[in-house]
Amino acid sequence: MSNFFNKSDLTRQDADKIVSETLNNCDDGELYLEESKSESILLDDNKIKSSNYSSDLGFGFRAISNEVVAYSYSNEISKDSLKNSSENLKSTLKSIKGTYNYEIPKSNKKFYEDINPIEQKTLDSKLEVLNKVNDFLRKKDGSVKQVTASFAGEQKSIEIIRSGGEALTDVRPLIRFNVSVMLEKNGRKETGVYGIGGRQSYDDYLKNDNWKNVCEEAFRIASVNLESKPAPAGEMKVVLGPGWPAILIHEAIGHGLEGDFNRKKTSAFHDLIGEKVASEGVTIVDDGTIDNRRGSLTIDDEGTPTERTVLIENGILKNFMQDRHNARLMNTRSTGSGRRENYRHIVLPRMRNTMMLSGNQTQDEMIKSVDKGIFAVSFGGGQVDITSGKFVFNCTEAYEINNGKIGSPIKGATLIGDGPSILKEVSMVGNDMMLDPGIGTCGKAGQGVPVGVAQPSILIDKMTVGGTKL
Amino acid sequence: MVKDQEFLKSKASYCLDLAKKMGATDASVTVGHSISETVNFRNKSLEASDRSDGLALSIETYLGKRRSSISSSNLLDENIKTLIEKCFETTKITPEDEFNSLPDKNLLAKQISSLNLYDETRFENDKKIKYLKDLEESASSNNQIINTESSFTENKSNFILANSDGFCDGYKTSSFAASCVTVAKDKNSMERDYEFFSKRHLSDIKQATDLGNKAAKQTIRKLSPKKIGSEKISIIFDKRISKGMLSTFASAISASAIARGTSFLKDKIDEQVFANSINVIDKPDIIKGMGSQNFDSEGVNSNTLQLIKDGILKNYLVDTYNGKKLNLKSNGRSGGTTNLYFEKGNISYEDLMKKNSRSLYITETIGHGSNIVTGDYSVGATGFLVEDGEFKYPVNEITIAGNFKDMFKNIILANDLEFEYSVNSPTMMIEGMTVAGK
Repeated sequence: MSNFFNKSDLTRQDADKIVSETLNNCDDGELYLEESKSESILLDDNKIKSSNYSSDLGFGFRAISNEVVAYSYSNEISKDSLKNSSENLKSTLKSIKGTYNYEIPKSNKKFYEDINPIEQKTLDSKLEVLNKVNDFLRKKDGSVKQVTASFAGEQKSIEIIRSGGEALTDVRPLIRFNVSVMLEKNGRKETGVYGIGGRQSYDDYLKNDNWKNVCEEAFRIASVNLESKPAPAGEMKVVLGPGWPAILIHEAIGHGLEGDFNRKKTSAFHDLIGEKVASEGVTIVDDGTIDNRRGSLTIDDEGTPTERTVLIENGILKNFMQDRHNARLMNTRSTGSGRRENYRHIVLPRMRNTMMLSGNQTQDEMIKSVDKGIFAVSFGGGQVDITSGKFVFNCTEAYEINNGKIGSPIKGATLIGDGPSILKEVSMVGNDMMLDPGIGTCGKAGQGVPVGVAQPSILIDKMTVGGTKL
Repeated sequence: MVKDQEFLKSKASYCLDLAKKMGATDASVTVGHSISETVNFRNKSLEASDRSDGLALSIETYLGKRRSSISSSNLLDENIKTLIEKCFETTKITPEDEFNSLPDKNLLAKQISSLNLYDETRFENDKKIKYLKDLEESASSNNQIINTESSFTENKSNFILANSDGFCDGYKTSSFAASCVTVAKDKNSMERDYEFFSKRHLSDIKQATDLGNKAAKQTIRKLSPKKIGSEKISIIFDKRISKGMLSTFASAISASAIARGTSFLKDKIDEQVFANSINVIDKPDIIKGMGSQNFDSEGVNSNTLQLIKDGILKNYLVDTYNGKKLNLKSNGRSGGTTNLYFEKGNISYEDLMKKNSRSLYITETIGHGSNIVTGDYSVGATGFLVEDGEFKYPVNEITIAGNFKDMFKNIILANDLEFEYSVNSPTMMIEGMTVAGK
């Protein structure tokens, strides 16, 4: 736990006083203090390419009245600096008065341990694993031409001080291990990438040669792609595999269910609460409470304990994801979804672990039912236009389906669909829900935050596949 | 006020001295300070104000051919000392890499000429508010516009880059940027579009009303889009998309991608990679240029580079480390391109639009569909069907796909190049790409 009040002339009493005095006539707001330590170690092209350690410290001071948010941050934690910020907030909100909401829910639950993953293992032992990864892959097959492997670890300590002196704290570990391999065969080059991570120590990955599984998976994806043929172009049936392909859910409907876009009525979903937006059997939740997951949080960045929020239940739209600001303006409660990348950024309603729950069909049944279509197993990134509802994602491993059978692998292609209607095209939901391996970062308004996704296999009756083969 | 050169220099030399004292054979340090003030508007009223004041420090320490780095935002001497100790401890156990080194001394920038990148003028928040009011007034004048969001950001920055070979320089930069996002609605659809600019000097900023009107017009024309069938068709890329293509080209010729062998343009120097009418230039010394610089992020002097001459690839973008790997001298492109542009073509925009009786004009792409290893390209797209030089109707929920190797060789550029951003391109046409739709 960081002590933010032994670093300069600023005492807790000073901070309490400035915060209360600044926020007294506002509707909401807080002082957010943050200290983070992070490392990244990268092996590339047979060498340890970089080893970086970074420490960051700062505060963000926010005052909200009515619809106006005033924000000021600095990386100098001192009495002067906090007072300057306070003046800055007051000058923006000078003509708008509010009534401070002191209420904030409490919980004793914790979803990860107070650890610093960086210090738990020596740098030597991390370098050793990266070198083993490189040797293992290069010895595995002559076609391996490039190997990149990396560790990233972080510990972030936060403290939120609200008007009246209430303080909320959290210590968040986060790690990631990633392997990328490029193969070359007959003049053709293809890449395979795989990674794992979560809010935990490095132990699981450094033990029992677990890293080998990650290498094997990256190698397998690259090998499949070496045999890939041009992807088809046009509308067809698409079977999505379980786990990571759930970024479809994240892009297609997740962003559209964030409170801010719905308060502003710029989301295609804003007037659809209580309406049928998905096929029967489709239930989607956003859950911040799963132990050690990348998207989990004990409290969000406004101090609200996270929860499991039901977004869509059996096809019916139930809830949006809310932070305190948008919840207040929409007369509802925060769902513990208020997040920010770090103290430099304002809070926005964001996803945590977004999951479609299992149904009762099998992947086999789905494939057998398709005459012509594709089976998409793994994806790179995705993106959505909230307003038009159109979203895309890029396949990194996919196959043709012909007459109910899986055929040749196909080249990376973009899939495009319409968010509000895509879930009505889901005609089968599998019994094989799987969490993603823990590598997702979601971008919104220039802020990246770690998220998770999960889903079972699903069959989508109609989607446009952006290949080159007509 | 943004911290002055003296303050930053004193921090930089404190770091270098300390690193040397601990036994580092070489070191380099960057210290920067940046102040930004942003005002956000929505539907003609103030929505948010945001002030940021940030210091940043990054240090690299060397022990012979071993190297590691740290970065921090906490510039208290005591913290810097702890971090440099940690950095140097890490350096000692990091394996040697024969290509690690500071840049060659004789390549370092010597004379710094003023590129007029800093404007001291303050544009007070009250003035920003007035600007955004005018902007949103014009953006929302058509009743099909149901939501407007706009922002104005003023930034002042200063930095010092210093290394143990005696390089120590830096300079102030400023920017004034505004953007406007509008949402339009009709009975069939809801659409969003935008317009923005960024300038070094306050006197160069665009009229608020022009920005608002343009954003609104670009949004309204997208209403009631149709999906088209899958076919091969000529595609016209709006400037805001064609400049993205140039950025993809730049990442494919970075020395790092070339040295790692992960670019489809590896080993293509002196080969034809674009149509022979195409010239690509990277010019660091444009006065007031958004991408202008006196030296790159290692202190290496950067001159104008002709990257593509008559369609032939002439240069990679080379930094010190990857340059040593490839046996090339750094050309001052550690940190990438500066002001990158396609030279203008010789056909007018109107003639380009009429070149084919039917083509597809793309105004927005979504997704991360550019693969620089294989050159494959596949993205989601929004735009307009063009017939006989006129926009017929808006199109969406389609993808466009091809491979850069073929696409680059089929580029035709209009003569409408303007220098607005750090990457600039005329309107572009590529014939024979695949559209996937219905």
